[in-house]
Amino acid sequence: MIEPNRLSDIQLDVLREAGNIGAGNAATSMSKLMDHKVDMQVPSVHIVPFDEVLEWIGGPDVPVASIMIHIFGDAPGNVYFFLKVNEAESLAKSVTKQPHVQLDNRGTDHFAASAIKETGNILTSSYLSALSDFTGLHMQPSVPAMHIDMAGAILSHALIEVSQMTDYVLIIDTEISYSGFDQRIQGNFLFLPDPKSFSELFKSLGIEENE
Amino acid sequence: MSKLQSIVKVGIADVKTVKAPDKIRTSGLGSCVGVILYDLDKQVAGLAHIMLPNSRLAKQANKNVYKYADTAIDILIEMLHSVGARKYALKAKLAGGAQMFEFESAHDLIRIGPKNVQAVREKLHDYHITPEAMDVGGNCGRTIEFDPAAGTLKVRTIHKGESII
Repeated sequence: MIEPNRLSDIQLDVLREAGNIGAGNAATSMSKLMDHKVDMQVPSVHIVPFDEVLEWIGGPDVPVASIMIHIFGDAPGNVYFFLKVNEAESLAKSVTKQPHVQLDNRGTDHFAASAIKETGNILTSSYLSALSDFTGLHMQPSVPAMHIDMAGAILSHALIEVSQMTDYVLIIDTEISYSGFDQRIQGNFLFLPDPKSFSELFKSLGIEENE
Repeated sequence: MSKLQSIVKVGIADVKTVKAPDKIRTSGLGSCVGVILYDLDKQVAGLAHIMLPNSRLAKQANKNVYKYADTAIDILIEMLHSVGARKYALKAKLAGGAQMFEFESAHDLIRIGPKNVQAVREKLHDYHITPEAMDVGGNCGRTIEFDPAAGTLKVRTIHKGESII
């Protein structure tokens, strides 16, 4: 296994490109779904100690809406789509064409919650399918899980999975944004490959493990 | 009483201690467990933010001892002893250990939240400590703050608000 903090620049570039392909496909899906232009930033690759991960997403107890899928198969890992709660509400308004939407309490608005979950499902699945096509690896998504909760509580799930092996986590972060129903919506895709998936990803993309 | 009250923040897989009037806090506990140990008469307390139940699970060469219930609690007790807490007077409060994701049962880390809680209780039992209060399980994130002067633990969640145990 390669420690995330030992990866070379070429290896990081390859992972960034994987994020680019995944998020690009997801942004296209979103644009079709909303019938609206969606902007996408160049992905960034972060290698950070656990503690800083939570700070960097805005603080461990910041409320966020998140859709997460676990990846089974050749290269296990997790893909998250994060939104601020008020932006998730705005997204739900666009999708459902309802002017009033409330998501801050679990179960208050089943219709809106379901709309967000389905949108997140489409986005994370298209992220994963592009990644799987690009690498030629067998990658299968779990059932998507939606949460409106503290960022730390949600993200630590992925940290726990890798924490038996390392104290660092590698995150491929891509931001997408578009002008929503009543405000600008900005979402982040986070792809956290398990450290044991690195060599599979590199091999599939023609990079040596110690290049 | 000129000293300003401050809050000691404990990160993920981290252990720290505090003296009154300061307070100690950890944020965004999901399936992790926050363990508070305190000596009320001496007004000192410590907090460990534990990620995993057992250091035997470690697949790391240099394992991080702050991460595991069985090793972090030993460290917490030694740290408290060195700042004046009496080991025989230590009391405990716990929070966290939620099961955030329904499909967790499909992994090898089955039900990590409840396992963390159980591992912490077993380790405390070795020191003859039974938790005074717990707010564990469920499926929501928690932020906790302990006041060593009063011995109270404030638990905040997004969906159910605040409670004091």
